[in-house]
Amino acid sequence: MSEIIVEAKDIKKTLGRGAGEVQALRGIDLSLRRGELTLLMGPSGSGKTTLLLILGCMLAPSSGTATVCGTSTSSVDTEGLAKIRRDHIGFVFQTYHLFPTLTAAQNVQLALDIRGEHGRRAAKKAREALTMVGLEQKSDTLPGELSGGEQQRVAIARAFVANPSVILADEPTAALDGENGRTIMRILADAAHDRNRAVLVVTHDPRIVPFADRILDIEDGRLVGEQRGGSEQARMPKAAAFP
Amino acid sequence: MSLVLTLASRNLFHDRLRFVATLVGIVFSVVLVMIQMGLFLGFGRMVTTMIDHASADLWVLPKGAKCFEDPSLLDANLRDKVASVDGVASVVPLVIGFSDWRLESGEVTPVFIVGADLRDRTLQPWNVVEGDVRALSQAGTVAVDRSYFERLGISKIGSTAEIRGRRVKVVALTDGIRSFTTTPYVFVDLKNARNYTGTFPERASSLLVRVKPGADRASVLQAVQAKVTDAEVLTSAEFRSRSRSFWLFGTGAGAALFAGAILGVIVGTVIVAQTLYSSTKDHLSEFATLRAMGSSNSYIYAVIIYQALLNAVIGFIIAAAIGWVVVEVTAKSALPIVITPWLIAGLFVLTVIMCVASAIGAIVRVVRIDPATVFMR
Repeated sequence: MSEIIVEAKDIKKTLGRGAGEVQALRGIDLSLRRGELTLLMGPSGSGKTTLLLILGCMLAPSSGTATVCGTSTSSVDTEGLAKIRRDHIGFVFQTYHLFPTLTAAQNVQLALDIRGEHGRRAAKKAREALTMVGLEQKSDTLPGELSGGEQQRVAIARAFVANPSVILADEPTAALDGENGRTIMRILADAAHDRNRAVLVVTHDPRIVPFADRILDIEDGRLVGEQRGGSEQARMPKAAAFP
Repeated sequence: MSLVLTLASRNLFHDRLRFVATLVGIVFSVVLVMIQMGLFLGFGRMVTTMIDHASADLWVLPKGAKCFEDPSLLDANLRDKVASVDGVASVVPLVIGFSDWRLESGEVTPVFIVGADLRDRTLQPWNVVEGDVRALSQAGTVAVDRSYFERLGISKIGSTAEIRGRRVKVVALTDGIRSFTTTPYVFVDLKNARNYTGTFPERASSLLVRVKPGADRASVLQAVQAKVTDAEVLTSAEFRSRSRSFWLFGTGAGAALFAGAILGVIVGTVIVAQTLYSSTKDHLSEFATLRAMGSSNSYIYAVIIYQALLNAVIGFIIAAAIGWVVVEVTAKSALPIVITPWLIAGLFVLTVIMCVASAIGAIVRVVRIDPATVFMR
């Protein structure tokens, strides 16, 4: 059994107050392991993003505990949570969130810069990360001149470049066509399998199921099912996953 | 090199219109402060120009004399008492005062007479560009500054006019001895000065004292003061400071200049704060992304402060260039604007402080960023 990187125990989260109060999470137990790509699937409003925010140290649970690389996120101030994110987590966002005035290489290098890695070494690492996602020729291109799929690959390179233990991806293929979606998922799957990271992808896109090692279904703030991805892959080959 | 500076500069230059508006604000503010302070310094220098150019260690003045131009008089016989003090090398009476200068055309204009015993060279015209100061010892001779040719109705050495009904001839011309009162200085010999100002022979405006080399100035000052109880004894530095205080603060001129400078700082700070805040607001999602990626608050503050510093440096360079032009243009005017290296250094520090202080609003806004907003669709 591989090492657990992220662990959540009995996570509950209430959003809003009074009449608008919503039980977003109702007791979630979850662990993410090295070398495993996990999908968190569920309909809108099921609590996917809330759980992602808690696992990503951006939101505190109302009760329960979350641990990232052995560090509990309970009673940690915002700077402490930022440090946990900096040290251990890489994020991939649905809408990329690249810096429009920086080149692709600078966008990737930024992830190193905030960690105190500057200069030629950081620039070299950024170029290598772009090569890994097949964008070495676009290093000096601004995000506005890249396609959606290319922008998402830059965002993935940015998430990987500092070699985090866990990658949290929020709907990374939602805005992409089939070919680009497949490319992105292959990169994420490689990140889990070849580079021994824990990867969690939050999605409601069934096309990406074949890339998963494990699928967690969430509904009304509860995990209602867990499947191993292997059997799913058998039913739906990767090549056929995206039309 | 960190990307902080790159990010800050791209944020800044991305919206060129806002960047130009920010620079206009900073340049306006810095130039305003520079001119006000330059006027202050220029005025401060002009009001003490006679004291600065007098080779005196001590000044014996009528009690309560507020400045060089003070019309009060003292007993000229004090000269002997002062001269008898140990350590005193020489004592030279000085007579100053306003008088009337009648042009060849018959028109009359006021002038300010400065008369000392020219043999002692304690206070005589400087920057002489034509003529000979020694000729001033003859009766009816004067030295004037050539910038006042038009006002005095003369055009060259040898020109003539009348002071208090007495014929005078210009025998020396100076360059750049201008009066802040706009009344031309007219240098004459002591005896002529008495005639032109109506000062009796036993009276003088002040006594200029030179201390013997090696003598202790403070001790000599005390000894002179003890001898002349009905007059006041000041060092040149003290007299300079008193004159400056009188003209700059006694008249309110200095306060007005300072008020203008403070207004400039306030206007600049508000403009920079507003544009920086608006720029930060436009880039909030980027700052939230940085925060989500795990950036520390200090990294984000650094981006904002670098933006402020870039504003400061670029704005200051433009303002300094404008200041240099203003200095050149006003150099020969009645009130030249003086910009010293210290003023430049001080203004740079002030610009940086102003711009960084302006960043506080933007920083306060960024502190409230919720990194989770990057997941909101």
